[in-house]
Amino acid sequence: MSGGGPLQRRVGESAPGMDPSRKRAIRLTVALTAALLLAAALVYVSFSAGNKEVTASQLLTHGRPGQTYELAGTVVDGSVERQGATMLFRIRDPKLHVSVPVRYTGVVPDPFAAGRAVMVAVREQGAAYIGQQNSLTTKCPSKYQAAAASE
Amino acid sequence: MSGPLEFLIVLAVLGGLVVFVTAPLRRARTPGDDSAAPGVAELEAAREAKYRELRDAELDHSTGKLSDDDYEEIDRSLRAEAIEILRALDRERALPSHGQ
Amino acid sequence: MATVGRALLIMALGVTVYGIGASLYGARRGRRAWIDSGRRAVYALGALATLAFAILEAAFLRSDFSFNVVAQHSSTTTPTFYKLAAAWSSQEGSLLLWVFLLSVWSSLILFLTRRRVREIAPYATAVLLGFGAFFTSLAVFFANPFATSAQPPTEGAGLDPLLLHPSMMIHPPMLYSGYTLLTIPFAFAVGALVTGRLGAEWISMTRRFALAAWLFLGVGILLGARWSYTELGWGGYWAWDPVENAALMPWLCITAFIHSIMIQEKRGMLKVWNASLVLASGTLSILGTFLVRSGILDSIHAFGASTLGIPFVLLIAAMVIGSIGLILWRREQLRSDARLESLLSREAVFLFQNLVLVAMVAVVFWITFFPLISEALTGTKVSVGPPAFRPFIVPLALILVLLSGVGPIIAWRRVTAANLRRSFAVPVCVGAATLVVLLVWPGGPAARPFALIMFALAGFVLATVVQELWRGTAARRAMTHDPVPLALVGLVRRNRRRYGGYIVHAGLAVLLVGVAASSSFQHSQDVLLSPGQRASVDGYTIRYVRPTEAVSSQKISFGAVLDVSKGGKHVTTVHTIRNFYPSQNPADGLIGKFFDSADSDSQVGLDAGLRRDIWTVINVDPSHLAPLINQGDTLFANYAPSVMTQAAKMPPARAQQAMNALWAERDLAVAEIARRFVSHPWPTEFLLIVDPLVTWIWLGALIIGGGGLIALWPVPSLARRRAAVRKRARPSASPGLPVREPA
Repeated sequence: MSGGGPLQRRVGESAPGMDPSRKRAIRLTVALTAALLLAAALVYVSFSAGNKEVTASQLLTHGRPGQTYELAGTVVDGSVERQGATMLFRIRDPKLHVSVPVRYTGVVPDPFAAGRAVMVAVREQGAAYIGQQNSLTTKCPSKYQAAAASE
Repeated sequence: MSGPLEFLIVLAVLGGLVVFVTAPLRRARTPGDDSAAPGVAELEAAREAKYRELRDAELDHSTGKLSDDDYEEIDRSLRAEAIEILRALDRERALPSHGQ
Repeated sequence: MATVGRALLIMALGVTVYGIGASLYGARRGRRAWIDSGRRAVYALGALATLAFAILEAAFLRSDFSFNVVAQHSSTTTPTFYKLAAAWSSQEGSLLLWVFLLSVWSSLILFLTRRRVREIAPYATAVLLGFGAFFTSLAVFFANPFATSAQPPTEGAGLDPLLLHPSMMIHPPMLYSGYTLLTIPFAFAVGALVTGRLGAEWISMTRRFALAAWLFLGVGILLGARWSYTELGWGGYWAWDPVENAALMPWLCITAFIHSIMIQEKRGMLKVWNASLVLASGTLSILGTFLVRSGILDSIHAFGASTLGIPFVLLIAAMVIGSIGLILWRREQLRSDARLESLLSREAVFLFQNLVLVAMVAVVFWITFFPLISEALTGTKVSVGPPAFRPFIVPLALILVLLSGVGPIIAWRRVTAANLRRSFAVPVCVGAATLVVLLVWPGGPAARPFALIMFALAGFVLATVVQELWRGTAARRAMTHDPVPLALVGLVRRNRRRYGGYIVHAGLAVLLVGVAASSSFQHSQDVLLSPGQRASVDGYTIRYVRPTEAVSSQKISFGAVLDVSKGGKHVTTVHTIRNFYPSQNPADGLIGKFFDSADSDSQVGLDAGLRRDIWTVINVDPSHLAPLINQGDTLFANYAPSVMTQAAKMPPARAQQAMNALWAERDLAVAEIARRFVSHPWPTEFLLIVDPLVTWIWLGALIIGGGGLIALWPVPSLARRRAAVRKRARPSASPGLPVREPA
């Protein structure tokens, strides 16, 4: 880099005496540290904030009251019942003939219907499981067809 | 649709397929291939990229992102690199193997 | 015709296998004829797949229920437009669509490049045919779209009503085009690594393929979001669903590639990185297809293992291992020619941007696959859910927007303090002014710091783009003395890549403002209303004016007219509807089947505006009609069989008449029951949402698409321009070099 007045000094270029390989090593260290921090945060968040994903039978055998679980399964035919803004339905284990009752309030996505796969965050309370508000998710409808074909 | 007709359609498609796909193999070898040799094509692409870089530097200068001194320096080195590529291109084109 | 279709697929499989062999043999032995024959195999695959796809579409149009897929996914009452789309709502049909799009795109690209990248092309052809062989064999051996049944049903099961949306016609083909287009840079990267020719020619070609894939995949993602917003009845456009994430990951990856490949082009740096990015994008696109089709992640309990799982896992494993192997093998050729000169240069900004994008991919990948990862590590499946994405994606997105503003106004290689000041002064001021105005705005967004920062950064980015366009135009005008609009058009036309890219950045800023605003300041309310009652959401009063009802042969629609006002002044009137489609389940009863909520969907009552969307959906509970429905069911259950037995004894014409009379009575009963919704309305549930700036998302997407098209558009008469430049440059000291021209 050739001369020029003080205004022409290039910004961001480190002190001229600095060894370029050392500079590279520093950059690499910074990048790796950032990556490690991100990875650690990801692992921490996913293990601490995650809910155990369970089926109806697992919920019945291992579920503890007060803890929140991500219940996945199929909505039992004919079990859906509405009481005002609250909805009652049962979720069945796709492999076993076991189902649990769920009380849910909140947004119900259109694809929700009896016989379809859903996931909902639930907490045991008395005889029923209370669904967390707005936690009900259903699968992309393109899947139902695939399911029918592969079953 | 009847069975034999379907069979005929399949047969016709299969025949057409074989004729189409194997056509280059049956063709007599044509020595005078007009396309550029790989080295030339590569250098031409490098030349295009260098030209684009020259234009980019010019645009950066005229929109005030490069100082006059920096621009002079970058432009000079880019032009030198471009001339290098042009010379290499001339050498490659002069090779007797070109065009095979 | 089904036999022909299946035969075409088998021939397609044969031709792919032949083509792989011919291309590889030709490449290794330097035999032009075999290479040409291999390329023709791709064209042949294109023709066969097109024919096969046409046969399947024709079967859907004719409602030929002897095809199992047609019987399962269409019906005579399905509208023609959707009969076409129904073809790809099935597993089998979508695989065929994949093969069709892959072969068509591959044929097009190989045809356009037939005289270029001569050494790489045969290997790329072999890789593309390899993908073709994989998907064709899935269609031949695992999911045959041409399976027929000897006793076809008289009526098909029909298309899922949720798929009855215009986006469904275009969204899957767009998404699949994106996925299949991503395999093309992948294939050419493999070819370049095998031959060791990762030079300028490969770069210029791969960049265009990548840009095309980026554009199609982006449009596909956006259409999916739009569909979710207007059709799925939950009020959102993005749910971090594995299927969405599957498309987002390769898109982010290829976005990174489009930027970092420029550093390789200009400086000969980052070769390993670029090769890795493009190989990773291709692999992620196959992974995406796998996630969409297999249901392995979100639904493993519900569906059990899909039969397609194992072949896909093998393919993905082969792609990952092959990619790593190729890069390690070629590591000598992939050494950088240059070093980063300064941390304040455009290449450094691109590098940061790449790291941010790759970090985003890592976050999305980890959280999406966490249920599988945790199951492998601890034995229990743990799902993290959408809220986990926010703390990572939001800050990363903010950095990304900042960089998208900095990148365009910083020079390649190096900058000086004076230039920096000149470039940054105005944009930084605009950003700061945005921040200050929003901070003091009464009831403004000050409470949400992340949204606030996003708005300020977006102001900065938009200012940089406007400044760049302005300065470029001014520089051009200084030379050509054109009027401003003409100079602007000329500037963009002469530098499509650059200004197309800047326009994309502006679009991204607009889109993310929409995302930040709509996710931070959404007001929603779930209410139970009777006609005449009102609810209030975010200062808007929404009154349930009257119920509506309509009965057709395809569906029963219950709706509500809602009047929206603010401060006593009328704002808009919206109409939301819930449609009930007759179920195919005989147990539901002759009347009851028309009121089955399992086969229903919502039509959103939407008033979209630049400032806010008013989004409403009705959720009618037909169980209030249960006594009447049951009564009708019992009546018809007793009555209908006797009519049918009588009809069976009559001559056909009379029997038809009798049956028609019976169905007419049933329709009358159904219409009468449905009318109760209007004559005796009951309290009905509504989801009411007032969401600011959602329209900006779609606007931003349009801007991004326009910018992408500009960047992708072929430079006009390049050869002519080149000749002109050469001619003008000849007399100068450096022969063949462009003279300094106006921008």
